[in-house]
Parts: sequence; structure tokens; C-alpha cells
Amino acid sequence: MNDMKSGSRLEKVLKAGHFAFTGECGPPKGANVEKLKEKMSPLKKNVDAVNITDNQTAVVRMASLAASAIMVSEGMEPNYQMVCRDRNRLAMMSDILGAYALGIRNMLCLSGDHQKFGNHPEAKNVYDIDSMQLISMVKQMRDKGEFLNGEKIDDPPRLFIGAASNPFADPFEFRIHRLAKKIKAGADFIQTQCIYNMNKFRKFINMAVDMGLTEKCYILAGVTPLKSAGMAKYMASKVPGMDVPDHLIKRLKDAGKGKVAEEGIKISLEQIEEFKQMKGVAGVHLMAIEWEHRVPEIAKRAGMLPRPAV
Amino acid sequence: MIIADRKPIEEIFEMIKEFDKILIVGCKGCVTVCNVGGAKEVDILAAILKIGRKKKQKPLQIDEKTLERQCDLEYIAQIKDTVNKYDAVLSMACGVGLQFLAEAYPNQKFFPAVNTKFFGGATAHGIWEERCAGCGICIVHYFGGLCPIARCSKSLMNGPCGGSAEGKCEIDKNVACIWDLIVRKKMEHERLDDLLDITPAKDWRSAKDGGPRRRECKELIK
Repeated sequence: MNDMKSGSRLEKVLKAGHFAFTGECGPPKGANVEKLKEKMSPLKKNVDAVNITDNQTAVVRMASLAASAIMVSEGMEPNYQMVCRDRNRLAMMSDILGAYALGIRNMLCLSGDHQKFGNHPEAKNVYDIDSMQLISMVKQMRDKGEFLNGEKIDDPPRLFIGAASNPFADPFEFRIHRLAKKIKAGADFIQTQCIYNMNKFRKFINMAVDMGLTEKCYILAGVTPLKSAGMAKYMASKVPGMDVPDHLIKRLKDAGKGKVAEEGIKISLEQIEEFKQMKGVAGVHLMAIEWEHRVPEIAKRAGMLPRPAV
Repeated sequence: MIIADRKPIEEIFEMIKEFDKILIVGCKGCVTVCNVGGAKEVDILAAILKIGRKKKQKPLQIDEKTLERQCDLEYIAQIKDTVNKYDAVLSMACGVGLQFLAEAYPNQKFFPAVNTKFFGGATAHGIWEERCAGCGICIVHYFGGLCPIARCSKSLMNGPCGGSAEGKCEIDKNVACIWDLIVRKKMEHERLDDLLDITPAKDWRSAKDGGPRRRECKELIK
């Protein structure tokens, strides 16, 4: 236990060598706590930790910090997301201290979607520091017990540090190096962008294994079930850095009326099955976007239940 | 140089609607080079305003003057005898030029006829792009001579982010992903190792974040 960095459930699951399973929950567009609890409840006991997104796609929602704290009070484990778009280093560090004080133990450090995509494109973007520097700052706070300026912290935040990796963005050749940089900066675990192009991901994870990166950091493969051919096409064409191969779109189209969603889940289940066997993959991060209620079924069919006791 | 863009003509008409006699002051510096506020553009704007106001039966008297540089006390002194004879003055220089006029002639009203956009240059005839954010401490040499502060939409110092696709930035297909260019250049020169170290958080005090800036050259201050 003493070598635990945070003592979070996610950390314990990964350190014990279990295949981790994380979920995701977007806070509501309002202060409706009941709605938030309703959204997060299907994830309880079905995943090891739940990512609480931070104004995802630059749309204003309840603070990820608040939603994460509510999740803690519900007896679940959040993976508190923080983006660099909306806060400078002062706000970030104070939120990190606040998060730890509220019982949050996992944190995911992200650049954040540009505000242009969101519902307040007029906003000023901050980007005082970038995601790499954020990872490094959280590590400094935890391991050295210092703020970014070197001043001592009274009771440093002991957080399990996460980061994202998108193997499908360009330039592909540099993606593995950027992953290596994030690990060097202090990432304890990585959650990847939604994977659809398995060939490309195999190539990516093989490089990570060859470079010894998977020995230094836990990599969780990102899975998002495709609910419809329309969603697949939208992701393929409109979401930057997303790679959805044509054969998957065709497979969904061919599934026939009323059976597309089931086909989407089947694709995810096949992926999860392969990830379980894939060298270098330590778990799956299931991003069932606005489909939280389907998580228990997916978890069960993927053979992820019961989640290990740690 | 400083790149500007002329304001929509309706906005300019609105600004000067109550005046009968105005002066338009151009600048032979950056705004002449980027075809927005030199003698030629001053002339065109004067013509448009005169015709527009004539149509509205409210004729406007306009004089024109294009200074060597509007950001230079020596040159703006050239209008000291005439500037207060007008109801208002339209400046076609950048925001610096207009403010130099406003500070030098506190009894006159000055209006901007252009929007000051960025520090950049022409990449093709009629196209100007941003290159510098004026952040105060230049670091472009670490990135193959390309500036991620000015040219990455998120000013990432450890890019590229996950939104880089086919060399373009996620915000707009017309915007190059500068990190794609940085990485490719380093790969071509077999210097990718330069990008493997983490660039630490920047000290923004040298940028606008540290408050309004000032440069002093001791040799010149006597």
C-alpha cells in the first residue's frame, strides 16, 4: 500500500494486474443534482472509475469538480477531468487542492476542445499551460509537495495522474513520441481516443510496447459504441482526429432497421475482447456518450463483471 | 508588420453621422503595405463617405492627409495647425497610430476606420497571416523557426494536440496545424530529438499578461 501514489481504486486495480474498466459521465447542463445522480447510477459497481468531463466540446456544464465531488458522496470513484482552455495555473492548482480535499483521487489532464466548437465561441481561451505542463505540474504538486513556483504545499494532493492519447491524429509518426512525453511528464495512466481503426491501434500499441512505455504507464484503450451509421459518419467526417473505417460504417448500415445499435455494441464487444488479449493494454475506457444506461449491459456482455475487489 | 482590415462601411457612417467636416488620416507604414490605410485607401474611403452622405442629403466635407508614420510624434506634429478645425478625425492607421493622435490632440475626437488584427505578413497576393504574438521572449528557434504561441490555436508548447488532421488545425481547414509543420520540419532535418524534451510552462510576464509594456534604450535617452 505504501507505494501507492494516490490509493485510488483505479490505481489499486491496475497495480494488482486486473484489466481495468472505466466509464464516462458528462455533467448536466444545469445544476440538477438528481439528473446527475440518475446519469451516474448505471455506472456504479460496473466500472472502476468514471471520467467526469470538463465542459466537453467547450459547452458549459456543471463543473467537473462539483460533479466529481457529488460522485464521491455517492460512493463512486470519479476520474476528474481538467482542461487547459478555461483556467490559468492559479485556478488549476487551487482546483486540484480542492479536488483532493473533496476526496477525489484520479485526475485526467487535457488540453481541451477549442472554444470555437462550443456554445460560447466568443470566449477568451486561456491556455496558460498546456496538457503536458499540467501533467508535470500535478506531479510536482504530488511528489515534491510544491506549487509550480516551488513554494511548499501543506498536505500535497495525492492524485493518480491520467492523460489522453490520440493515436489517430496526425502526424502519426509523432504520436508515440507525444505519448512518451506525457509519461515522462508524469502520467500514471493513459486513456486513448475512441478506437475504431484497429490496425492502426495495433501498430501504435506495438510501438509503445517496443519503446517500453507500457512498462511505465497503464494504457486504457478507448471504446465508444456507435449508435447509428449516422453517428459513425459524423465521427468520421466531422470530429477532428477521429478515424472510423468505411467497413464499420458499412457494417452498421447493413445491420438492418432496428438492429444498428445492437451491431454497434457487438463491434465494441469484439474490440474489448481483443484488447483483453492485446499486449500493452491494461484496460478499457468505455465512453458511452449519452448512453450511460447501456453500460451495465455492455459491462456484463464484455465479461467485465463483477469488478474486482481491491 | 501590423495587419489591419477596414471596418464595415456602415459602422464608419454610423461613427461620423453627426459630423459635417472631418479629416481622414492615413499612414504610410504597415497599413499602406497591407493595402488598408495608405493614401490610396484614404482617398477611396473619402469618396465613399462623400457619396453616401450626399445621397442622404447631409453632405460631408472631408480633407485627407497621409502621414509618414502615425506612431511617430515627429510626423503627427504635421497636423497640429489643422487638426482642431474639424468636427472629428478618422484614423486609418493601426490602433497605435490613432492613440498617438488622441494623446497628442486631446481636444479632438478620433475614430478608428480600421480594425487592427495581428502581426503578420502577406503569404500570397491579398492574403495576410499571423506570425507573431508579441509575447516578449522569442522561442521560435526551438521549434524550427515556427511559432507555436502565435500559430497554434491553443498556443501549445508541447503539441500537436489530438485535433491535428492532415496538416490542418481542428478549428478551420484554412488554418495550418503549426505543430504538424514543426514536427515534419524536425523529421526532415533528422532533429526530432529536439522535440522530445518537455517545454516547461512559459513565463507570461513578458507578454501582455505582465501589464502594458515599455522598452527603454539607455543610449537614446539623454
